[in-house]
Amino acid sequence: MHFRIYRYDPEKDAQPRMQDYRVDLDPSDRMLLDALVRIKSLDDSLTLRRSCREGVCGSDAMNINGKNGLACITRLSDLKEPVEIRPLPGLPVIRDLVVDMSQFFKQYHSVRPYLINDEPPPEKERLQTPQEREELDGLYECILCACCSTACPSFWWNPDKFVGPAGLLQAYRFLADSRDLATNARLDNLEDPYRLFRCHSIMNCVDVCPKGLNPTKAIGNIKDLMVRRTV
Amino acid sequence: MAIAIRKFDAVIVGAGGAGMRAALQLAEAGFRVAVLSKVFPTRSHTVAAQGGIGAALGNMGEDSWLWHMYDTIKGSDYLGDQDAIEFLCRMAPQAVIELEHFGMPFDRNDNGTVYQRPFGGHSQNFGERPVQRSCCAADRTGHAMLHTLYQRNVRANTHFFVEWMALDLVRAADGQVLGVTALEMETGEVYLLHARATLFATGGAGRIFAASTNAFINTGDGLGMAARAGIPLEDMEFWQFHPTGVAGAGVLITEGVRGEGGYLLNKNGERFMERYAPTMKDLASRDVVSRAMATEIKEGRGCGPEADHVLLKLDHLGVEVVEKRLPGIREIAKKFANVDPVKEPIPVVPTVHYQMGGIPTNYHGEVVAPRAGDLEAVVPGFYAAGECACASVHGANRLGTNSLTDLLVFGRASGEHMVQFLRENPGHRELPADAAEYTRARLDRLENQRDGENVYQVAADMRRTMQAHCGVFRFPDLLATGVTRIREISERAARTEIKDHSKVFNTARVEALELDNLIEVARATMDSAEAREESRGAHDREDFPKRDDVNWLKHTLWFKDGDRLEYKPVHLKPLTAATFEPKVRTY
Repeated sequence: MHFRIYRYDPEKDAQPRMQDYRVDLDPSDRMLLDALVRIKSLDDSLTLRRSCREGVCGSDAMNINGKNGLACITRLSDLKEPVEIRPLPGLPVIRDLVVDMSQFFKQYHSVRPYLINDEPPPEKERLQTPQEREELDGLYECILCACCSTACPSFWWNPDKFVGPAGLLQAYRFLADSRDLATNARLDNLEDPYRLFRCHSIMNCVDVCPKGLNPTKAIGNIKDLMVRRTV
Repeated sequence: MAIAIRKFDAVIVGAGGAGMRAALQLAEAGFRVAVLSKVFPTRSHTVAAQGGIGAALGNMGEDSWLWHMYDTIKGSDYLGDQDAIEFLCRMAPQAVIELEHFGMPFDRNDNGTVYQRPFGGHSQNFGERPVQRSCCAADRTGHAMLHTLYQRNVRANTHFFVEWMALDLVRAADGQVLGVTALEMETGEVYLLHARATLFATGGAGRIFAASTNAFINTGDGLGMAARAGIPLEDMEFWQFHPTGVAGAGVLITEGVRGEGGYLLNKNGERFMERYAPTMKDLASRDVVSRAMATEIKEGRGCGPEADHVLLKLDHLGVEVVEKRLPGIREIAKKFANVDPVKEPIPVVPTVHYQMGGIPTNYHGEVVAPRAGDLEAVVPGFYAAGECACASVHGANRLGTNSLTDLLVFGRASGEHMVQFLRENPGHRELPADAAEYTRARLDRLENQRDGENVYQVAADMRRTMQAHCGVFRFPDLLATGVTRIREISERAARTEIKDHSKVFNTARVEALELDNLIEVARATMDSAEAREESRGAHDREDFPKRDDVNWLKHTLWFKDGDRLEYKPVHLKPLTAATFEPKVRTY
């Protein structure tokens, strides 16, 4: 199978380049990650992140034939050749397919991604009805792979100012939690021309999310909360 | 190569469930703690746990920690230490409640309490009937738990060193642990992290086998470092084969499928577990179910053209239950098995999943090793928790859900004990002059190796050998040749060569260093398995088919130095409860 892979080692390369690999795959190589691991066994300098190989850890996000996705759950049989593989767009490249995710995580951290409830906890669990718990479905499952934020033109332009779809999805995860008591502070934190309102509902995030989540909808819900508290 | 020194109160190696739970105790107590992780914390392998956290909350009906304790001891085939198991089961409810208070999105009952599902080997009233004890977030419990712990650590301002790989343990001449050497992957720089207390929470080493549910990062780094530093590894012959790995792909399908009412079928459409475990059926403990499946396959009742797997049926549960309780499983089955489980069964085989053995500790998380006649002398300044540790709460076979319980309870306990240790032992001890020499020599060797062995080739040979020689059923001749082969492969592993010599994010170097750790675990496993002449829990010998409490109710200790084996007694005395005497195990 024919692959064209983005290569860049700052110690050796003045410029990034695309390298062609033609490899014989084994019938057991079914996912793109299987192929990349095989290529790496032949050329140990090919550099990528990977871990769980089942789509839950979020390590191996990359740009595959022009679309962000996880290599470990992308079927080889669904890919057109040559399979062109690049690092996630919009983030600085450290080496090959490994990008610097500091900005992405900085935005995630900026939404205070943890439960805030300063009331003394009860002896047992805080109660939550199944309906209240259902509000968190489609939000808590995020794996922080960054496929969405790095597919978002608003994030490309303002990665330092716009929280981005992943961070906003998590902001809403805590706004939606019946146990969280910091609604106003959370909305204050996002009330800004950039942090929330740079989302123009382009919906690239929804299109690429490997977990089938919908950040655009979550962002819409945050905007609704903003409006509701002013009336 | 200059090795810079950085000082911390405490160093934690590994940012999975155990490492992050311990980090919280230290950060919230105001200590300067460095948490090292090869991957961003939420990518640690805890993320892949599916089914739940075992704790006798009693939300679904009567339950008690004593029943949980009995189930765990019976599940361990009586090899578990009863003091540590009592501690685990008594502390479990509090650990789960705490996690809920941190924001964990548990599934709920109509009355607002945490929903609990049935799970293998968990019973009411000492084995009478299955009990609902597994606290879960759909089938993504590990993911929800790992993210919750990370989030709480963000709140506590814990200092993470992301994409740092610990390389070797640093010890004083008297054995006290003084920190670790570590590689910053992005720059290729090596540091010595000088600490007053060090915790290993490095997870398991399932990657010594060819077919495993484990992530690529599960390379037993803590075990390798401990073994090279003269610390023994305990009970390494006990590896859990999870009954339901996707045939061919190895990806895990949670026992929660059977907890919610799914069951296994052979090629005749027979629900064969009824024959092997009349009471618990498909919810017998994992060693029992895996052996039953392997027996069905061996006797020609496997499914598919090669008759090499069995089927996990759950279509009768209905789309709603599957979507509500097992959505991740449906996703995995579609992706990795090409079946939609609401319509068709999933092809499954027993697959290596969990390492019951590890670095020996007591129930405070302190590492213990033989010294001057004391078989369990504390190694000062050194702690281990989670899958890399052997407390031993899982003995010869772990119950489903007890791994996450283990991470929470012993992560917290070791963190707490470290806080106490740091308060009682102020000031850093001086480092030995040659503290980083061993690491430097290892790295120099790798850097300068020419005409050496290919890392992938050696690793693949190790995995194939372990798979063929140390599987669900173990045979004397295969074990004996396995010992020899692994020793040969280990000699090759000492001569690995990498082509990539860049300093920047050099994953070829990382993988070569990981192989150094894997190979220690493989040696420990083969040696310990070959020596144990009985069948207990996950260790099943064709030539010694019975458990032998007279000669083998004891823990194995493997020392790297000379591949030496020693043994130590099982703690049969719990903290407050009465001893559960070993008896015949039926489900």
